[in-house]
Amino acid sequence: MIEIKDLKKSFGDKVVINGVSAVMETGKANLIIGASGSGKTVLMKCLVGLFEPDSGEILYSGRNFTEMENEGRKELRQQIGMLFQGSALFDSQTVEQNVMFPLNMFTRLTYPEKVKKVNEVLERVNLKDANKKYPAEISGGMKKRVGIARAIVLNPKYLFCDEPNSGLDPQTSLVIDKLIYEVTKEYNMTTVINTHDMNSVMEIGDHIIYMHQGEKEWEGNNKQIIYSKSKKLNDFIFASEFLQDVKEMRMLEAEGKAPNGKNGNK
Amino acid sequence: MNFFNHFGRYILMIRGMLTKPENWRMYWKELMHQCSDIGIGSLGIVMVVALFIGAVSTLQTAYQLVSNLIPKSTIAQIVRDTVILEFAPTITCIVLAGVVGSKIASELGNMRVSEQIDALEIMGINTKAYLIMPKILASFIMIPLLVIIAGVLGIWGGRLAGVMSGILAPEEFDGGLLSGFLPFNVAFALYKAYTFAFIISSIPAYFGYFVQGGALEIGKASTTAVVTSCIMILFADYILAALLL
Repeated sequence: MIEIKDLKKSFGDKVVINGVSAVMETGKANLIIGASGSGKTVLMKCLVGLFEPDSGEILYSGRNFTEMENEGRKELRQQIGMLFQGSALFDSQTVEQNVMFPLNMFTRLTYPEKVKKVNEVLERVNLKDANKKYPAEISGGMKKRVGIARAIVLNPKYLFCDEPNSGLDPQTSLVIDKLIYEVTKEYNMTTVINTHDMNSVMEIGDHIIYMHQGEKEWEGNNKQIIYSKSKKLNDFIFASEFLQDVKEMRMLEAEGKAPNGKNGNK
Repeated sequence: MNFFNHFGRYILMIRGMLTKPENWRMYWKELMHQCSDIGIGSLGIVMVVALFIGAVSTLQTAYQLVSNLIPKSTIAQIVRDTVILEFAPTITCIVLAGVVGSKIASELGNMRVSEQIDALEIMGINTKAYLIMPKILASFIMIPLLVIIAGVLGIWGGRLAGVMSGILAPEEFDGGLLSGFLPFNVAFALYKAYTFAFIISSIPAYFGYFVQGGALEIGKASTTAVVTSCIMILFADYILAALLL
């Protein structure tokens, strides 16, 4: 579990995170959503320690990350896996070497044991026969899967995913979402996902935080989001006419009335 | 103000890399990889530059020594001392600032922009220690060796040019080479090599590590790194000469 307490972060005069508090629950996909510039990436970077917050606390299973010395942070970070927007694979290393890197750095496993573990996680992310390929030789979706494999190879307690679907087609996005969701349940991790992909929100949003201009505007799950009364959230989520119709339809269904909107059933 | 800002961050970067490695074997592997990249990767260009500089200095020295009162073996003495004191360490390191410096800056810049450095940080790795320290240590090991090779090849190139153009006989050149030789000159060349090795590796590492933006910024960082390294090499060259000679 990750607890965020009254987190604030500014760059010069610009307040980017303004007193955000939230609890990211274990075994759930915790989504941070919001428009570009709403502060969700900065919030995630504060959570993993790439940015230092101005004030507030971040607690990893009760351990205060913001007050930790370097050694404590290094130790904790070995329990953190992260999937980056651009995958952040090491260009000069093969898929196998990329996934093996954390094992080489932090374990004393023998080479055959490491190869076995790498093959296990690559199989888990449905990536076979790509061990000897370089990142430049594989597709965007495959890169994301390698990124997930590298992030989970040390069995982390916490998984962070920054825009996992960016640059992917809708079908591959669903595959990646499903994969992240499955590994979250399987490894019982606290997963935090930064996204503005509405499919992800609806499919895997166990817990959703909506950020608006650096503040937490709404919190709930993918069932509740449909019925939200927050205008800012509705403007963001149901931006298109099509999505507005879907919302209207769902609400009518929930009220037991037959939908009769533009896209409604006859 | 901007200078002090850069200087402060540079010092903090150097201080930040002085920590205990997370895994000695991985650091050793990285050090060996960098030694190969910096040493073997630059050997060809260093050999070519050294040979031609030695050859040209023989021809130009002979051209300027017009008096018959001066023995021809003096040419060898002048070539020897010029190559050892200046050409081998300074010219070689200026070339290396371009070859190695731009490689270090662009490699780290690309890693920064593509979030590979962030990925390492999140794994709990001290990226300054893992990415920069092996480059500086590899430079300390390989650049003095390259300077020694450049010195030997420069003198040999000078001898070859002198003999081939008929300026002086091989015996005359060898005689001049051995007369009045000061071993301190070699030590001085090595002092320079170590100083320049630090400049060539740490300054581009700084510009690459802190790059912000995209491909354009990586290019700019690489150019700035090479220009700054060259200026610092020339400045350090003067300071060392003023202090030690």
